[in-house]
Amino acid sequence: MTDDSLYDLKNVSKSFVKGKEHIRVFDGLNMSIKRGDFLAIMGPSGSGKTTLLNMLGGVDQPSGGEVWFDGARVDTLSESQLARWRANNVGFIFQFYNLMPMLNAARNVELPLLLTHLSKKQRKKSIETALELVGLSDRAKHMPSEMSGGQQQRVAIARAIVSDPKLLLCDEPTGDLDRQTADEILEMLQLLNREFGKTIIMVTHDPEAAKYAKRTLHLDKGEFVERELVA
Amino acid sequence: MNDLYLVYKNLTRKPLRFFLTLFSIFIAFMIYGTLTAFETARNSSVELSADDRLMTLNKINFTQPLPISYVRKVEGIKGIKAVVHMNWFGGYYQDPSNQVQTFAVDQTKLFDVYGEDMLLPDDQFQAWLKNRQGLIVGRAIAKKNGWKLGDRIPLNSNIFTQKNGSTAWEFDIEGIYTGSSPQIDTNGVYFHYDYFNKTKSFGGDYIGWMGIRTEDPALNERIIKAIDDMFVNSPWETETMPEKVFIKGFLEQLGNISLMINSVVSAAFFIILVIVGFSMALAIQERTNEIGVMKTLGFQSLRIFKMVLGESMLLAFLGGILGLLVANVIADFLAQAPQFPVPDIILKWSIIFNALGLMALLGLVTGIVPAVNALRLNIITALSKR
Repeated sequence: MTDDSLYDLKNVSKSFVKGKEHIRVFDGLNMSIKRGDFLAIMGPSGSGKTTLLNMLGGVDQPSGGEVWFDGARVDTLSESQLARWRANNVGFIFQFYNLMPMLNAARNVELPLLLTHLSKKQRKKSIETALELVGLSDRAKHMPSEMSGGQQQRVAIARAIVSDPKLLLCDEPTGDLDRQTADEILEMLQLLNREFGKTIIMVTHDPEAAKYAKRTLHLDKGEFVERELVA
Repeated sequence: MNDLYLVYKNLTRKPLRFFLTLFSIFIAFMIYGTLTAFETARNSSVELSADDRLMTLNKINFTQPLPISYVRKVEGIKGIKAVVHMNWFGGYYQDPSNQVQTFAVDQTKLFDVYGEDMLLPDDQFQAWLKNRQGLIVGRAIAKKNGWKLGDRIPLNSNIFTQKNGSTAWEFDIEGIYTGSSPQIDTNGVYFHYDYFNKTKSFGGDYIGWMGIRTEDPALNERIIKAIDDMFVNSPWETETMPEKVFIKGFLEQLGNISLMINSVVSAAFFIILVIVGFSMALAIQERTNEIGVMKTLGFQSLRIFKMVLGESMLLAFLGGILGLLVANVIADFLAQAPQFPVPDIILKWSIIFNALGLMALLGLVTGIVPAVNALRLNIITALSKR
């Protein structure tokens, strides 16, 4: 593990039982992700990319091996420790945005801040900054149902970055968007990576989307092949 | 924004469902509050009746009279402090539907027997004694009919007539009495037996019953036997009993109200339990994905458990408190209705505390299963459900 390494997976395995079947997703997986990286993970359905993303996001635990984040092991953390770790370190962006339908944009963005000790005033400022960054300052009071898919995904991005996490995990962030809107969202992710130093890991089926990443890992049957891309 | 805000927003996200479940809880607690207040008031008339008071009635039933000569004989029994004789007048004011509990009494003895319950300023009492047509009225009935001290009012009887054929008697309101506690009935009015006895066209020198105060409740048993033995084998045999027993027996003639009330309240709560429980379970099931998202963002499972339980609690307390408020209004309304067969119905603190306990229980029972499901919900499973 080097100083500029943010994430290290060492000999990680993951398997689970489905019915009577024992499914092995990974076996002896090793990978390293540097700070400020923008990594795209591609692969066919069932290749394990979502499982990998879940492990990297601390919502799933490996069956074996070690997972190191920023110099600390995370695979040994309890469920509540992992929840705290996610709140402090990871921002999540989902394919279907997953905004709370009963909250307006600003309230949705505020959600992760409920897990911090920021004052009301500081929270307000953080929300304004995040919404401004995604270009939705004028939509703060709008409900998700009043916004387009692209706008909702921007709110989701604002929610992901509002608590200033080191890592952004994106699960098919443009899978539900048209090409033009998808490009806008990907440009925004690129901006967050380039200007704000966010480390981004993105799972995608879309080769066009992968082009926005600095590198792409192709996952197949629990193993990957790395290929450098020009951002 | 805080957790309570999230709880509130989740609860009200489907306004129709929120309203209907809230309404069902509201109805249950309105029924509970009203019926329990009624039952408590009904029982309180038994509890408030003094241990040292007896009632002597005609043995056939309380509608049959007794000769007035019995009063003097009873007064002579050792251990009796005071005896007041009373007649039911069957009164109404202006309209037969506006009934007034009217009693012709021995005005000199009424307060010797019932003075602990009925409070009347001495000057008003003296004025009442002096005026043969004087009437003292309870605060509740005075308020209802807009009576004031000094008013001259007619009261009609639906039983008696005057010798001149009229059913109306004229009275001067000389006093307005209050109850020594809020649950003492102040819907009664009292006037001089002499005025009644001299003017009515039939039934002279007969009384309805006797109210008796003893020197010590321990003497009651002996006194009861002494009175009833005194008149055994006479044309007007008596039955004497503690006031509590008489009131309880009178109330029981209305039927087993307690059983009816308990049945209605239990049925209402069972139905509400099913409705709210089902509604909460459905609401949480629909939000499986959102709960998964919150957990992904870093919300602890226990915190989500509390929020879900908080929803059912908030729902139960909102509906319950609204129900109790309306029950209080209904109780006030019933308390103002003089024809209602129990004294002032009030939502006592004991009823309110019991209701709050029931609300907490309802919230807990209806929320615990969805809350535990939310607590145990696996993030990956939850996120896979849209």
